[in-house]
Amino acid sequence: MSIIENHQTDGEPFCDSPKLKARGVGVFYGDKQAIFDVSLDIGANEVIALIGPSGCGKSTFLRCLNRMNDTIDICRITGEILLDDEDIYAPKIDVVPLRARVGMVFQKPNPFPKTIFDNVAYGPRIHGLVNHRHELEEIVEQSLRRAGLWSEVKDRLDAPGTGLSGGQQQRLCIARTIAVDPEVILMDEPCSALDPIATARIEELIDELRDNYTIAIVTHSMQQAARVSQRTAYFHLGQLIEVNPTDLVFTKPQHALTEAYITGRFG
Amino acid sequence: MTDQLTTTRSKVEQGMARRRRAEGRFRLYGVLSVGFGLLCLVVLFGNILSQGSSAFRQTVLQAEILLDQEYLGLNNQSPVNELRNGNYEGLIKQYLRNTAEVSSRSERRALYGLVSVGAHWQLQDAVLANPDLLGSTLSIELIMDDNVDQWFKHERDEGGAGRLNELQLGWLEQWVAEGRLKSRFSTTFFTNGDSREPELAGVHGAIMGTLLTLMVTFLLSFPIGVAAAIYLEEFAPKNRITEIVEININNLAAVPSITFGLLGLAIFINIFGVSRSTPLIGGLVLTLMTLPTIIISGRAAIKSVPPSIREAAFGLGASKMQVVFHHVLPLAMPGMLTGTIIGMAQALGETAPLLMIGMIAFVVDVPGFITDPSTVLPVQIFLWSDSPEQAFTERTSGAIIVLLTFLIMMNTVAVWLRRRLERRW
Repeated sequence: MSIIENHQTDGEPFCDSPKLKARGVGVFYGDKQAIFDVSLDIGANEVIALIGPSGCGKSTFLRCLNRMNDTIDICRITGEILLDDEDIYAPKIDVVPLRARVGMVFQKPNPFPKTIFDNVAYGPRIHGLVNHRHELEEIVEQSLRRAGLWSEVKDRLDAPGTGLSGGQQQRLCIARTIAVDPEVILMDEPCSALDPIATARIEELIDELRDNYTIAIVTHSMQQAARVSQRTAYFHLGQLIEVNPTDLVFTKPQHALTEAYITGRFG
Repeated sequence: MTDQLTTTRSKVEQGMARRRRAEGRFRLYGVLSVGFGLLCLVVLFGNILSQGSSAFRQTVLQAEILLDQEYLGLNNQSPVNELRNGNYEGLIKQYLRNTAEVSSRSERRALYGLVSVGAHWQLQDAVLANPDLLGSTLSIELIMDDNVDQWFKHERDEGGAGRLNELQLGWLEQWVAEGRLKSRFSTTFFTNGDSREPELAGVHGAIMGTLLTLMVTFLLSFPIGVAAAIYLEEFAPKNRITEIVEININNLAAVPSITFGLLGLAIFINIFGVSRSTPLIGGLVLTLMTLPTIIISGRAAIKSVPPSIREAAFGLGASKMQVVFHHVLPLAMPGMLTGTIIGMAQALGETAPLLMIGMIAFVVDVPGFITDPSTVLPVQIFLWSDSPEQAFTERTSGAIIVLLTFLIMMNTVAVWLRRRLERRW
């Protein structure tokens, strides 16, 4: 398997009401190119799943969308990414407000070693979203409710967030992300460290969150992609091979590589 | 197939005996080294304690002295400077002449020599504290000379005479028989500064000097060290210059400490004119010595903060400063404190660089501020260990005990602080 020369993405990479637009995005780690010329729209209030074998660049692409790759010194990005038609890599853009608009949930649950309350309250606090304690309490409660964690933790908000179970920790991280009220949520394999029950809970949650947020999720589980997403993008060795409505990708894949992957011939 | 399996298994079995022996040997080495370490510690502590514990006791003479107003020419209305200048020494001599029979001048001198030359300060202190005592009889424990002290504490039990003559021994034995010569806890050891007279020498000056010096060292080296560690680890661009800085910090940690003393002498004293022999200059020099330790351990502590915490904070839109101060620093603090305490413990025991900047001076006064001349405990130990009097040998060990107690106290506080700050993730 090698990189396909002059590849054009199959299917429908563009959509009618895009929230995020990536155009000709390339990513380099030093001299090594990790992503090749990816153009993709992420529609408002849709869940898009990014799938592909390990090392295909789907996480790297996801991390470009809120400039998390900025923290890696040798990482360089070409092309442009537009959030509501505004280039997020433009020199005048500050990453701090950008990341408040495009939140992120990571592979491994990573609550701060603070209380549950402080975990959720951290974002609103640093962005100065509230003036009073009771407003903050309201946001914390609302976020925990939306993340489906409120009933489990409402009596122990002062307990350390790290003391929760894995699934609860991940929902806490989601609550922490939505407490800042972002427009887009990026999820990088959010269930890979969780058991099936916790996974089901998170998937339900993603479905509920779609009403208010635009979600891009990287996943290794094709069933998960099929369950939660409306569109699916298949990455292969840094190239975007195919983008199509999810049911189409899993029933009638357009590209031979996509078919090979979803039928389990490699991955 | 079965044959092959059995041979494989038997090979493994054969190897097992060798592996177990190797493990057993390694354990033995471990136990032996730990045992050797413990033995050294026991010998060290045993030696110091057995030699030094007597430094905390002082031989005194229980005396009833009439504070004769006419003899002193004072009364309770006299101004302070007159009270200060009273002839208390004569009063003590008079008392001694009355309590023991002496005829010739040489006998008198032998008698006066039994009591410490500083004994009259005791009388003076008592009168200054309460002038109404004048005219009454004061019951006081006169500090004895170091020769008497050493004889009473050590040689008497073995029938030795120490540096005392027959006549003196006679008087002393008489006082012992009367129950007036006795040994009590030595407060002077903790309340006095250094002195030429062993029985009057104490560690108070050195302790205060050490505390002030360490305070200066801590106040300078901790903020500077932590700031440098944070900047180098989090903010500095990774290029040739930072690399050179890093290498040199590592090199500085290995520089012999006396070199820092010379540097302090050349720069702080000769160029900037900081006065020598003060806790300020001592603290400055020890800061130079402690900084590399704090920076290196601080950077290690920052590196060990899991990247997931940083990512989480960045993902929420925290700025670099917020990530560092809200998340990285609190998590790195226990490690940084450990490094700091190691550095401070090093500074506590450091002697060589302080010799270069005049802290070896003989300082009697107890320092009250960082610009007062002072000495520190290890230097005090060094000074006393150099003195010929046997009583100073004892005090050397006594001061070592005090120094070790300080060290243990500091480490205990450090461990406690670290435990309190440590958080799990």
